Amino acid sequence: MTSLTALTIADARDQLAAGKVSAVELADAHLAAMEKAADLNAFITTTPDVARDRAKASDTRRKKGDVGALDGIPLGIKDLFCTEGVLTTAASHILDGFKPPYESTVTAKLRDAGAVMLGKLNLDEFAMGSATITSYYGPTKNPWKAKGSSVDLVPGGSSGGSAAAVAASLCMGATGTDTGGSIRQPAAFTGIVGVKPTYGRCSRWGIVAFASSLDQAGPMTRTVRDSAIMLQVMCGHDPKDSTSSAHVVPDFEAVLKQGVKGLKIGIPKEYRPDGLNAEVSALWDRGMGWLKEAGAVAVDISLPHTKYALPTYYIVAPAEASSNLARYDGVRFGLREPGKSLDEMYAKTRAAGFGAEVKRRILIGTYVLSAGYYDAYYLKAQKVRALIARDFDQAFEKVDAILTPTAPSAPFGIGERMDDPVAMYLNDVFTVPASLAGIPGASVPAGLTATGLPLGLQVLTKRWDEETLFRVSQVIEDAAAFPRLGAS
Amino acid sequence: MSYLIKGDTGNWEVVIGLEVHAQVVSQAKLFSGASVAFGAAPNTQVSCVDAGMPGMLPVINGFCVAQAVKTGLGLKARINRHSVFARKNYFYADLPQGYQISQYDQPIVGEGTIVLDMPDGSTRTIGIERLHLEQDAGKSIHDMHPQKTFIDLNRSGVALMEIVSKPDLRSPEEAGQYLRKLRSILRYLGTCDGNMEEGSMRCDANVSVRPAGSNELRTRCEIKNVNSVRFVMQAIEHEARRHVDVYESGGTIVQETRLYDSNRDETRSMRSKEMAHDYRYFPDPDLPPLIFDQAFIDKIKASLPELPDDKKERFIRDYALSTYDADVLVAEQENALYFETVAKGRDAKLAANWVISNLFGMLNKQGVAIADSPVKAKDLGALIDLIADNTLSGRMAKEVFEVMVETGKAPAMIVEERGLKQVTDTGAIDAAIDQIIAANPDKVAEYRSGKDKLMGWFVGQLMKATQGKANPGLCGELLKKKLAP
Repeated sequence: MTSLTALTIADARDQLAAGKVSAVELADAHLAAMEKAADLNAFITTTPDVARDRAKASDTRRKKGDVGALDGIPLGIKDLFCTEGVLTTAASHILDGFKPPYESTVTAKLRDAGAVMLGKLNLDEFAMGSATITSYYGPTKNPWKAKGSSVDLVPGGSSGGSAAAVAASLCMGATGTDTGGSIRQPAAFTGIVGVKPTYGRCSRWGIVAFASSLDQAGPMTRTVRDSAIMLQVMCGHDPKDSTSSAHVVPDFEAVLKQGVKGLKIGIPKEYRPDGLNAEVSALWDRGMGWLKEAGAVAVDISLPHTKYALPTYYIVAPAEASSNLARYDGVRFGLREPGKSLDEMYAKTRAAGFGAEVKRRILIGTYVLSAGYYDAYYLKAQKVRALIARDFDQAFEKVDAILTPTAPSAPFGIGERMDDPVAMYLNDVFTVPASLAGIPGASVPAGLTATGLPLGLQVLTKRWDEETLFRVSQVIEDAAAFPRLGAS
Repeated sequence: MSYLIKGDTGNWEVVIGLEVHAQVVSQAKLFSGASVAFGAAPNTQVSCVDAGMPGMLPVINGFCVAQAVKTGLGLKARINRHSVFARKNYFYADLPQGYQISQYDQPIVGEGTIVLDMPDGSTRTIGIERLHLEQDAGKSIHDMHPQKTFIDLNRSGVALMEIVSKPDLRSPEEAGQYLRKLRSILRYLGTCDGNMEEGSMRCDANVSVRPAGSNELRTRCEIKNVNSVRFVMQAIEHEARRHVDVYESGGTIVQETRLYDSNRDETRSMRSKEMAHDYRYFPDPDLPPLIFDQAFIDKIKASLPELPDDKKERFIRDYALSTYDADVLVAEQENALYFETVAKGRDAKLAANWVISNLFGMLNKQGVAIADSPVKAKDLGALIDLIADNTLSGRMAKEVFEVMVETGKAPAMIVEERGLKQVTDTGAIDAAIDQIIAANPDKVAEYRSGKDKLMGWFVGQLMKATQGKANPGLCGELLKKKLAP
């Protein structure tokens, strides 16, 4: 049955269509794999009953010839997406027992396209983290290990459960969300493809909010084509989300093989700081080499405000989070710790319900929005954010896409960098600028370190140009011939 | 006639600004599709958005935006085509999101004016600082359980307009007039029903005092949520007096929020400035800036009804009404419409008298709204016609009016049924006068010797003889002629 879990979404789609495999067989194969790999702790909740019911329904539909774009495809759902009647935790103690009476727009679209939900995937608590170590449900392990080492590595974060599950072939694809790199960085850490579309492409309705102006859903898959197939279903205008865009959604899969001949690829000098990991730097050069071989032109560019991106992000995101997380007060749902007064109940509930990283960000966010500090922090950060966006706008007047490393390092050990939040925040140094600018970005697995750990390259394009994003990503994927886990 | 508070050190002037929260007339809430009907069972009109459930997002209700623009136009205010929703962050059990979506430094409506009609016929123009849209919180109910507080979220998310005046008001009386006038304009526009008992219009008053003649603005106190015009006036009067007493005894006023207790007629401290919330306002990232074009405003402008000030001016000009009568008639749109139906093609002054004295008097006494009046405008008009053509005397008309109130019948039918037609046949009246003269020679002699006052007695006799149906004007005229020496 291992061969069924090794299928890509595109392959499975063909085999289902040809009647070579049933949705139930696919679901069962993945449910079995999930059980075997339970020690990865990729899932917070598995939903075998939902999976089998939906798989059966899919097979029935197929007999009638009435199938959707993802009919019968087994997927994992990051546990930040509200799923009707299924425990939704955001990896936080404070959402204990919360079963939403509604389905997020993105997961509803996937469900309506016939996808089969296998379960809810682990993440950093409220998506705050870069290693999936802040989850109330414990850390997720990266299915990759360094050559000759038994040390458990982080899968990146916050969509670390999604990344680990897709890399380990526990699901064919997964939803992720990306606020400052939470799709792209874990994709790089686990050797898979992760796409953060343009802000506004996917509806945020029904996704537990972290930072509203940055949060964006996207696919995490083993191939570029699979991401194109998934994103096609996930995105589109939603009248229930005022920030979702009515922009036309192109056919992503149709452009995959159009190549990069004649495209100008920007190489931003600010992404090569002194002391950049030599393997990361070398892979970046190799990636540009592949694109050149395919007919693209390298252009040196500058994104001068890059160095302000991380501090800007760590003002804007916590500010929004401090407000977004105010609703977790023990009054209407989730955890409640009784108190003698309303204030005491709030204090006890939130003290018990939130982990250290979430509390840290709520405190930072509350501080930067406070009277007397607002102008110096939040307002200033918004101005810098606009400058960062302008850097990209100006760059895209000269180039069609930008190529950078996804993360400054390969995955590190669980337990490392735990005592220094700033060192942890540096994981997102290459992904955060695009989040602040709202532009699309993808991470494509491109090579291995000397110790055999995955590294990813990041492709960025201008807003609403996911087509070029996919074209460039496809060329890198084709050239890299990345050795996927279990695909020996 | 300025309102001054007499103190030991001299006269003090009171400076008042009002913040009115007016519930927008709409079918659905400001950011969710939930209904806003009043009086539904607790927690039955709550969407997941209103309950602050995880992942829920607000979507602006365009109708509420149009209502705010309409109100801004009615207040002769600047309409901001670009405004921003901001989050006002604080924790409370009836605030499910942990923040209220409001507008902060970029409201939808800017400066405007409102003209007060004072009882002495003068007017005062009061500045409007701003109007912004915001969502209401839910309701905490503290008296249903000894330890617990119950929460009703039906009101959570309902659209409110916060209308802020400039500190231009100078007396409790003006504050009362301001509220009445604002209520009148909102009701004309159909943007708020102005019902203070149901809480669809609530008022906070900012009060300070200063020595008469001074231009300084001293520390103010905010009196929260006073729920009637009368209580607002009482609360201001009390609070201003308190300030004067504090200053004159050498104390200082601290900026604070106070609550008015109408049972004890006093205000007491709710929270001081130090205890004030830091609301950490910031633009709501779930909502893009609210932007609309001039055409949107123009379309609303074209739909505006004639507002009280214009109507009042027209009534004075076209119907030659007194300022007072015009003020009374235009306060409510339905009253003005009723009056105009009655006055059309008739003596407007007579129509105004009948509407104000008789009709309003009757409606007030019976506690009936004009829409449910037993006397319809066309029937009151017909009654006035019967006076004009001498069918009825004024006194008879009042009797007919009483019957109209009781039965709802048309006046002509009542006149017919009861044979109330006024006698204007001079022959019949002459005959009756002759009889009275013949029967009362002594009175006739007294009158003719100069006791003019007896005329009233003769009129009374004549009315008695004709069962009150004789035209009083005609009676006097004929009597005078016959009694002439």
